[in-house]
Amino acid sequence: MVEKEREERAYKTIIKTIKDAPLEEFYTSGHRTCQGCESALLMRFLAKSAGPRTIVIGATGCMYVANTTYYTTSWVVPWVHTQLGGSGAAALGTAAALKALMRKGKIKQEPINVIAFCGDLGCADMGLSGVSNAMTYDYNLLIILYDNESSANTDIQETSMTPYGAQTTFSRPGKVRRIMKRRWKKSVVPMIIAGHRTIKYAATMNPAYPLDGLNKIRKALEIGGPTFIHSLDPCPKGWDYDPQFSHELGVLAVETGIWPLYEYIEGKIVYDEPTKSIVEGRTKRKPVREFLEKQGRFSHFTEEDVEYFQRMVDEMYEDWEIPGVMPIKSLNVKIDDN
Amino acid sequence: MTETRKLIEKEVLMNGTQAVAHAAMYADVDVVTAYPIRPYTEVMDTISKLIADGELDAEFVIAEGEHGQFEAVKHASLVGARTLVGSSGTGWMYGMEAIVVTATDRAPVVAIIGNRALDDPGAYGVEHNDALMVRDVGWLLVWVDTAQEAFDTTLIAYRVGEDPRVLLPVGVSMDGGFLTHAEQIVRLPPKELAKEFLPPYNRGKYMVHPDNPISVAPQVNEDWVMELRRQHDEAMERARNVIVEAYDNFKKVFGRYPGTTKEIELPENPFVEPFMTDDAEVILVGMGTVSKPMKVAIKKMRQEGYKAGMLRLRWFRPFPTQDVMKYLGNTRVVCVVDRDYSIGSPNRGGAVYQEIRSALYDLDQRPKVLGFIGGLGGREVTIQDVEKIIKIGYEHRDTPITKPVYWAGVRGDPW
Ligand code: SF4
Repeated sequence: MVEKEREERAYKTIIKTIKDAPLEEFYTSGHRTCQGCESALLMRFLAKSAGPRTIVIGATGCMYVANTTYYTTSWVVPWVHTQLGGSGAAALGTAAALKALMRKGKIKQEPINVIAFCGDLGCADMGLSGVSNAMTYDYNLLIILYDNESSANTDIQETSMTPYGAQTTFSRPGKVRRIMKRRWKKSVVPMIIAGHRTIKYAATMNPAYPLDGLNKIRKALEIGGPTFIHSLDPCPKGWDYDPQFSHELGVLAVETGIWPLYEYIEGKIVYDEPTKSIVEGRTKRKPVREFLEKQGRFSHFTEEDVEYFQRMVDEMYEDWEIPGVMPIKSLNVKIDDN
Repeated sequence: MTETRKLIEKEVLMNGTQAVAHAAMYADVDVVTAYPIRPYTEVMDTISKLIADGELDAEFVIAEGEHGQFEAVKHASLVGARTLVGSSGTGWMYGMEAIVVTATDRAPVVAIIGNRALDDPGAYGVEHNDALMVRDVGWLLVWVDTAQEAFDTTLIAYRVGEDPRVLLPVGVSMDGGFLTHAEQIVRLPPKELAKEFLPPYNRGKYMVHPDNPISVAPQVNEDWVMELRRQHDEAMERARNVIVEAYDNFKKVFGRYPGTTKEIELPENPFVEPFMTDDAEVILVGMGTVSKPMKVAIKKMRQEGYKAGMLRLRWFRPFPTQDVMKYLGNTRVVCVVDRDYSIGSPNRGGAVYQEIRSALYDLDQRPKVLGFIGGLGGREVTIQDVEKIIKIGYEHRDTPITKPVYWAGVRGDPW
């Protein structure tokens, strides 16, 4: 019954303009994130989108350490800490418990949102197996990866989400080796959608596009089942820029094509603007240089590094089966272009 | 002493793990998380079948590993669900981070630990080091000896752990193989009685729900850890009385003492099982199924004139200090048989040996304490081994201890 209710509500609660967004905040004062922290903004969006009938679970990371200081927690909705690699399992356990307790009449039947958030390590590295496991069950839960491209809470260390060549305290350019981080950044949403056939919704977002983000969180919750959102969150401390440029960098990540905005809805990829225009060829991607040169973490880049970065991004759009998403090209099948 | 009640619904042949699964069914658990590792796994095999047959209404989640398994039940428990989980050996180790926070977040999860040796080398026989890894982090720990005791103790575990004065997880430990897989007759009581004994789990103001928007486990930094650890310790201390109450109530409701199939069996001490201790000059101490060869050997040795007895520890956390003093205080020699080891510890003895020695330290007249490490990795502690232990103990009645700890039955090592 609750499932059906969710399905009926799906898409009915889409926020049309930013002025229609609810005024209530459920992630409020009390946090001590850095100025210009986009992950903090993401927290605010997720709480606002989800509303008061929500349980939030947070894995260890910046958003734990900076948000939930004893006595000054910024969460108005119930919030529970989970261990660094625990978000998938914690969401699963919470959702399973709510389901059992409601079915057995031990608590009231009603839709309660279960949202777990985790950072690079908690989602893409250590916690990946747990997140993946959560995606194989049909409980109503949403997992959000807030990606600031480093383990920011422990002083900016390299993770599998750190972009090629970026400086972190684990990847410091030296006299002999300029590029310490040689691995290309992991693509998490494609991994989730390709590997978990039964999930109905997954998306990428970026706090520089608030309406887009608010609605994606809404959709994920309304469609229900296990859902997943990956948000790229510029981090002034880790990326080394003036906090006033957070939004600008978020926008540049999308406009240069480094961070495509898309949704996976019931088996199909849907692009969101401005990525949609890029994929359809109506807008030209900006050179990645514009994104890279605004951040201290790429200050050691030579012309050759920028070119390499550009080539890799070009490939995402020119050579991939699904532009910016699926890095596999079928050779012996003619793909219909329309 | 008790009213006449219908004591037994049925007698069923089952092993220790199946007994726990049935107890969890009687407790009407809401969420169970599983991940396989021998020898605990059969609990989950049984639960899965009970759910499939409609005998138990619970969510059955198969985790991606023990870390996830324990994280999931912790969170389920925090939102008010009664949970069952478990593991063995290295699986228990893999879950350790989540296992620790289950206690610090005060989630009264019940876990069955089918004791198993830690890798490497791979072995799936019993060794108590796995469960003992949590002895310092605030889990209640109990060792059971028979399938009946496993069934009864599991019900008691929910009752004690979920008590608002306690709110702590409980590890029900049983010897891998010797109990997890040995079938015995278990008396299953009528389900209504289990309901009468076990109130519903209610976290009250600590329940995570939108109606009760609390933050659980925020960062306290240097500020509050001392206070929280102390509260945790006090809860552990309060558990002592709650355990006694639970055993008393168990007896009232079911008309028999937990762990026995007889209607009433003395002595009635929840924490320890004393056996022929009254006049004993040498008392053996152990946990779990080692009590079986001990009892046989003691009876036999008594005929030969050795005044030997046994004290089996049931609850290890909270540690039964007073009972240990009471039953061991008047004996001459205590021989602790550890199915575990603590390499590099004082006298190079096992964990139980260390605890017993520590508990006896405040007595004016202390018995001598000898340690025996035996039965590691599932090796049997035979009746002959126990006889030998009793003899070594006996020799030390009047002579000083020269060798405090023996390894019982290591190849090529005469002991
Ligand atoms: S380090 Fe980065 S992610 Fe962490 S609080 Fe500061 S800006 Fe936000």
